[in-house]
Amino acid sequence: MSTYDRSMALTGQPPAILSRNQKIATLIGMTGLLILLLASFNVSFPNKGLWLTLALMAISAGTIWFSWDAYSKKLPGIKNDGVWFKSISSKGFWGWIAGIALTGFYIVLYFYPEYLGLVKNGSNKGVIALFDPLSKALSGNPASQWFVYGTLYTVAILAFGIKFMWKYRHNRYERIRTMSVMFFQTAFAFIIPELMARLNGDKILNGGSLPYYDLKNVWPLNYYNFEGYRIKGFLSSGDIGFALLIFGILSVFVITPILTYKYGKRWYCSWVCGCGGLAETAGDAFRQLSDKTVSAWKVERWVVHSVVVFVTLMTTAVIYSYLGTDTSKYWLTKSTFLIGVASLLTLVFAWVMIFKRDQFKKDAIYGAIGYFVIIMALIGFHFFSGDGNVFLFKSETLRKSYSFLIGSIFSGVIGTGFYPIFGNRVWCRFGCPMAAMMGFQQRLFSRFRITTNGGQCISCGNCSTYCEMGIDVRAYAQKGENIVRSSCVGCGICSAVCPRGVLKLENGPLEGRIDSNQVLLGNDVDLMTLVNKK
Amino acid sequence: MENIVIIGNGIAGISAARHIRKLSDKRIIIISGETDYFFSRTALMYVYMGHMKFEHIQPYENWFWEKNRIELVRGFVTQVNPETKQLSIDWSRAMHYDKLIIATGSKPNKFGWPGQDLHGVQGLYSKQDLDLLEVNAPNKEVCKRAVIVGGGLIGIELAEMLRSRDIPVTFLVREDSFWNGVLPKGESQMINEHIREHHIDLRLSSNLKEIVADENGKVKSVVIAETGEELACDMVGLTAGVTPNIEFLRNSGIELGRGVKVNRFLETNVPDVYAIGDCAEQHEAIGNRRPIEAVWYTGRMMGETVAQTICGNKIEYKPGHWFNSAKFLDIEYQTYGWVFSERGMKAHEAHFHWRHPEEKICITVAFHKETGQFLGINTFGIRMRHQIFDKWLTQEKSVDHVMEHLIDANFDPEFYKHYEANIISKYNAEFGKSISLKKKSLKRIFAMGY
Repeated sequence: MSTYDRSMALTGQPPAILSRNQKIATLIGMTGLLILLLASFNVSFPNKGLWLTLALMAISAGTIWFSWDAYSKKLPGIKNDGVWFKSISSKGFWGWIAGIALTGFYIVLYFYPEYLGLVKNGSNKGVIALFDPLSKALSGNPASQWFVYGTLYTVAILAFGIKFMWKYRHNRYERIRTMSVMFFQTAFAFIIPELMARLNGDKILNGGSLPYYDLKNVWPLNYYNFEGYRIKGFLSSGDIGFALLIFGILSVFVITPILTYKYGKRWYCSWVCGCGGLAETAGDAFRQLSDKTVSAWKVERWVVHSVVVFVTLMTTAVIYSYLGTDTSKYWLTKSTFLIGVASLLTLVFAWVMIFKRDQFKKDAIYGAIGYFVIIMALIGFHFFSGDGNVFLFKSETLRKSYSFLIGSIFSGVIGTGFYPIFGNRVWCRFGCPMAAMMGFQQRLFSRFRITTNGGQCISCGNCSTYCEMGIDVRAYAQKGENIVRSSCVGCGICSAVCPRGVLKLENGPLEGRIDSNQVLLGNDVDLMTLVNKK
Repeated sequence: MENIVIIGNGIAGISAARHIRKLSDKRIIIISGETDYFFSRTALMYVYMGHMKFEHIQPYENWFWEKNRIELVRGFVTQVNPETKQLSIDWSRAMHYDKLIIATGSKPNKFGWPGQDLHGVQGLYSKQDLDLLEVNAPNKEVCKRAVIVGGGLIGIELAEMLRSRDIPVTFLVREDSFWNGVLPKGESQMINEHIREHHIDLRLSSNLKEIVADENGKVKSVVIAETGEELACDMVGLTAGVTPNIEFLRNSGIELGRGVKVNRFLETNVPDVYAIGDCAEQHEAIGNRRPIEAVWYTGRMMGETVAQTICGNKIEYKPGHWFNSAKFLDIEYQTYGWVFSERGMKAHEAHFHWRHPEEKICITVAFHKETGQFLGINTFGIRMRHQIFDKWLTQEKSVDHVMEHLIDANFDPEFYKHYEANIISKYNAEFGKSISLKKKSLKRIFAMGY
């Protein structure tokens, strides 16, 4: 609408235009990418360490210089000029090109790593070989496609994190939050697991070897954490291994619920999580592309909760498959485990239905009942099914299809590859079971809310437009209602872009948190009482 | 079934329609000549700046209207006949109403300047004005300089919009400091500085003498009255306030002043005809308010009120404590209660002003000289909690109480720096007091409500 461009200039007009510095910066960044691309076409670089350093430096320097030029000369404040005029951020030509390129990269990464130069039982070639020196320096092992990906991922979060902090330099919440995701990505996702790999075979671990473990990656996002080979790895690695396993369990059942109660799911989604970290930094330019319609919200609820059911079933099946039946060998047997899972689910279900049923819309109740019945029924099948298969399927089939459908296609190819088309939080919104479970708690049992400031809303729509989770924030704000939505990741951008100071993320008492009164201050009291009379 | 016809689909008309639908099953028809669907007028600027597309500033999805049985008609009402309860749309279609709500908003002021109707001269109020701006000032090649006449809220927004496309802007302001008919000196001064920081050529104490045309009847330059200086420009923005948009009601028998005259029940002199929003004019101003209030919030509140009346619960329009907000380029402004500028200040009113030594942050607190009662606050660059100030005003708290508990009212995002301590130490020094700041209390903040 009303973006008449009568200019024939290919480079566009302000504010969409690139400055000369930005063009040079783009060139530098592209050179870095070109080195990686050449390497993947098996151009052999003599000094791999040097060329890798050059490539990564060029990518970071290009990104950082580009954003420095964009923001340093402007006064602190909201920097969204021209977002919908630039083709990269408005689903234009460059947006589609970027989307296709990213998607292609993910397909190769997940399914054809040999094209990146991965060689099993031999020395790497291509771009993976270029990363060998760095991998050897950290873990002592040659690189894999996942190491290449992890390195680029970290570089992206760091470089675009700096960009994000400049963009929002007037906003301390955003700056501190971004430092946090940059730290967790670099330390927990990238460096610590690599260093941990050095311990493998050491006597600290009783000669055992730990599975690769990003400590901040909690089940069910880390859906494979309790698979058989990992449990073996943990249990064979002495006290440290055992402690890590306990930590893995505690992080699901104790740490996550406590922190989510106190701060909402934002403590994880926009302060710690790597997926969230990439979305908030490299994906920031695409946050406005998320779909805000009510129908998208409907789809979201069905899809994301189905993933939760799927991951619960799958994990239960996998754990079940490697447990024994003999109580004298090990206290946790197939049947005690299943009974345990069933009782836990029943407890949660009963608690919600007894104490929180008023806060549900009808369809959520149907969904909950439906899914609950399915889980119970499937567990029931155990008693009618033979050894080796769980429920109706072989557990391995279930695991493989989850890993393919959700782990690869959804979180990678669609989740990140489609940033420039569907927005930067597609995975977090539609696919992440961790986000859905924390969201469930956030909606029902958490101190977190976004407070609407009395009657100050002018319905401008900046909050909704820039909500990466597709929440129609304005719909609540213009009625004077607080925003308590399970999908909210607490990124704080709605509050930042609000021109009238209407929104504030905060933690407070549960009582009165979901204030559905249409209390729009400004009118005298009698009228408001009337308006709220149902 | 009763036919409720609403003229105008702005915030006032739409609020009325929504609330009538909530309260009743009446037939609701909204007529607008401007757009098919309701949009947020205050957000038009963001469309030009590329922050949002036009569809984003429409608060409801398009299916909303049909689902709520609110009928939308596109066209300009050209005549109203209260005797037959008929109105005519575009001189062609006739429509019957049982109750009529006039919510036609405003139009930009033009004070008879020579050349005010030339091509390239425009106001900024409607969707059509926005479209026109894309023609008059699409980029800095077509529009090598723009001149804005009138230093108010729309003027500064228009300046910000044009600057987002790097168009050089000269800003003519009649007063000797920006908006100082409303803002106290310190604040107005700070905004002057901020305008200049944004490379806007701010000319204070400058009036427009005339707009000069080129051979095609398009604007070529403007002449400044005080200096006689002629400034070449390609676009002139007239932003010297707005007037009610009520021309079509002349000779209808509905009593008009500057706006449509209404009583406290928002009724006009004609039965079953009401007026709300920017175009309504109170016979007598309410409290310190003006008889015509062209503000988003008052439009919404009048809509809510008139809906009650129409649905059988006759109720007076009684706005609560005054509040407002705006954004001057990067600086957010909020106000609660009354803080008058030096020009409008009451005899009993005293001010306390604090400004951050480096950043563009300041507050002004107004209080009663004798009783010490808190009267109002203006804040720039600090967000405040509406509910808390509303309560303090209702309870007629003292300025000392407000100062002591100031931190409770802070609404800035988490981790922001707090300035309450600096504010209070200046307050203590200035008035010889020894108030100490109370700690933030979630209990006090959330134990609110009515």
